[in-house]
Amino acid sequence: MLNANSPLASGPSYSFATPPNQTSTNIKQHSFNPYTDNGGSTLGITGDDFAILAGDTRSTSGYNINTRYAPKVFKIGEDDGTGESAHIVLSVVGFAADGNALKERLNAIVKMYRYQHGKPMSVKACAQRLSTILYGKRFFPYYVHAILGGLDEEGKGALYSYDPVGSYEREQCRAAGAAASLIMPFLDNQVNFKNQYIPGSGEGHALEARKATPLPRAEVEQLVRDAFTSAVERHIEVGDGLQMLVVTKNGIEEIYDPLKKD
Amino acid sequence: MNHLPQAWGRPRNAILGAYNPSILQPSGPKAHTTSPIVTGTSVLAVKFKDGVVIAADNLASYGSLARFTDVKRLRTFNRRTVVGFGGDVSDMQYLDRLLLSLDIEENYGSSGHDLNALNLHTYLAKVMYKRRSDINPLWNQLLVAGLDGLDQPFLSSVDLLGTTFSSPTLATGFGAHLAQPLLRKVVDDEAKVGSVTREQATNAVRECMKVLFYRDARSLDKYSIAVITKDGVELKEDEELENQSWAFAEMIKGYGTQTV
Repeated sequence: MLNANSPLASGPSYSFATPPNQTSTNIKQHSFNPYTDNGGSTLGITGDDFAILAGDTRSTSGYNINTRYAPKVFKIGEDDGTGESAHIVLSVVGFAADGNALKERLNAIVKMYRYQHGKPMSVKACAQRLSTILYGKRFFPYYVHAILGGLDEEGKGALYSYDPVGSYEREQCRAAGAAASLIMPFLDNQVNFKNQYIPGSGEGHALEARKATPLPRAEVEQLVRDAFTSAVERHIEVGDGLQMLVVTKNGIEEIYDPLKKD
Repeated sequence: MNHLPQAWGRPRNAILGAYNPSILQPSGPKAHTTSPIVTGTSVLAVKFKDGVVIAADNLASYGSLARFTDVKRLRTFNRRTVVGFGGDVSDMQYLDRLLLSLDIEENYGSSGHDLNALNLHTYLAKVMYKRRSDINPLWNQLLVAGLDGLDQPFLSSVDLLGTTFSSPTLATGFGAHLAQPLLRKVVDDEAKVGSVTREQATNAVRECMKVLFYRDARSLDKYSIAVITKDGVELKEDEELENQSWAFAEMIKGYGTQTV
């Protein structure tokens, strides 16, 4: 017989970090939890003259798949009315309803900036604004890990990653979401060349580390695909499809590749 | 009664002492819905080449008691969209009134436009997300079925957290476990919606309603089904499950009083 205190007896336990809470008495306070985790993973990598943001398209609740196509990567500031094309991309992963609300707010702000100032918002300014939006809800946070991508003032690939309350940093690459812990070490090794040394350059401390250099676009795209096909194998909340948005000086290109649907 | 209407219905001070108005002041935290009371179970829906089929049974349960057996959980809007409600029935009735007032308000306008299924879904998603953000949720999961601005089949879901998603087939509650896998056998991909006929979609939904009645203890054999196409909504609210076969029941072992 099952132990009465085991998670199996007290209800389903999921792959999430928090186990079903158990109190010493059997009195349970039922209350409303305004958050949920919709799974999925996102990833961004920059190169010399481009930035790639990618995310899988699966949406989950617990062990259920809500849908196999729910995008997590969005163009920001695109305007059908004026024909203004977007030059900034945003990915959000975590609680999908908050993600959507955040995307819509940032989108409206970037458009308003364009109307009021007569010029598109720089990625740097947009990054700071996103941080302010997130911090504005410091005590009822948007439960999402956001990544913002685009090209900086010099035309170089720019990528900013955020925590749910607005701490942010510009980086070369970042993985977020359910499979972040699976993808990030792979990126450290393959993008920033961590733990890679130049063979025969010395013994012990004299051994020279391999310097990180910006990668060409084709190579980065393949890294993204490899990261996701591997994550799909090891994480149940990741799969179905891979959506990539590539920002270059010529605009934003969208690529969709199928992933395993199991 | 005396000449002071303010005093009517109040106990006389001489008998019980002065009236203490402080009891009228709300003190302590405000109470919100923290769990649903009277509930409806699954809603199912499938897209086909020129529209959407949606169904829900006619039961409203009070816990495990089958309390109301004639509750209609599909609601038409604008004669072009159907909303299916799962979860709390009183919150469903609130949303029903809200949609009625929205409909009236929209019809006073002279823009010539009316709200399509996509517009209605956006509206409901905002209502649900606002309510969850106030920590005062409407305890429902809704399916919105109809046609979008380009007259293409539209099907999308909203729940009490404001989470939205869209798929060729959708099912709420128990149906998400039991019916969704069966429905995905009919259409597993948006690209294949164009090759599904109305008959295929309706039959799949009716078959799933039967499976749900076999296995979901909070379900009923009387249900509503609606088909939404360009020609409008065909809603039938008094359907009954046909050709039930309980032969499988003999095979079930391990529950109840049976000891072998």
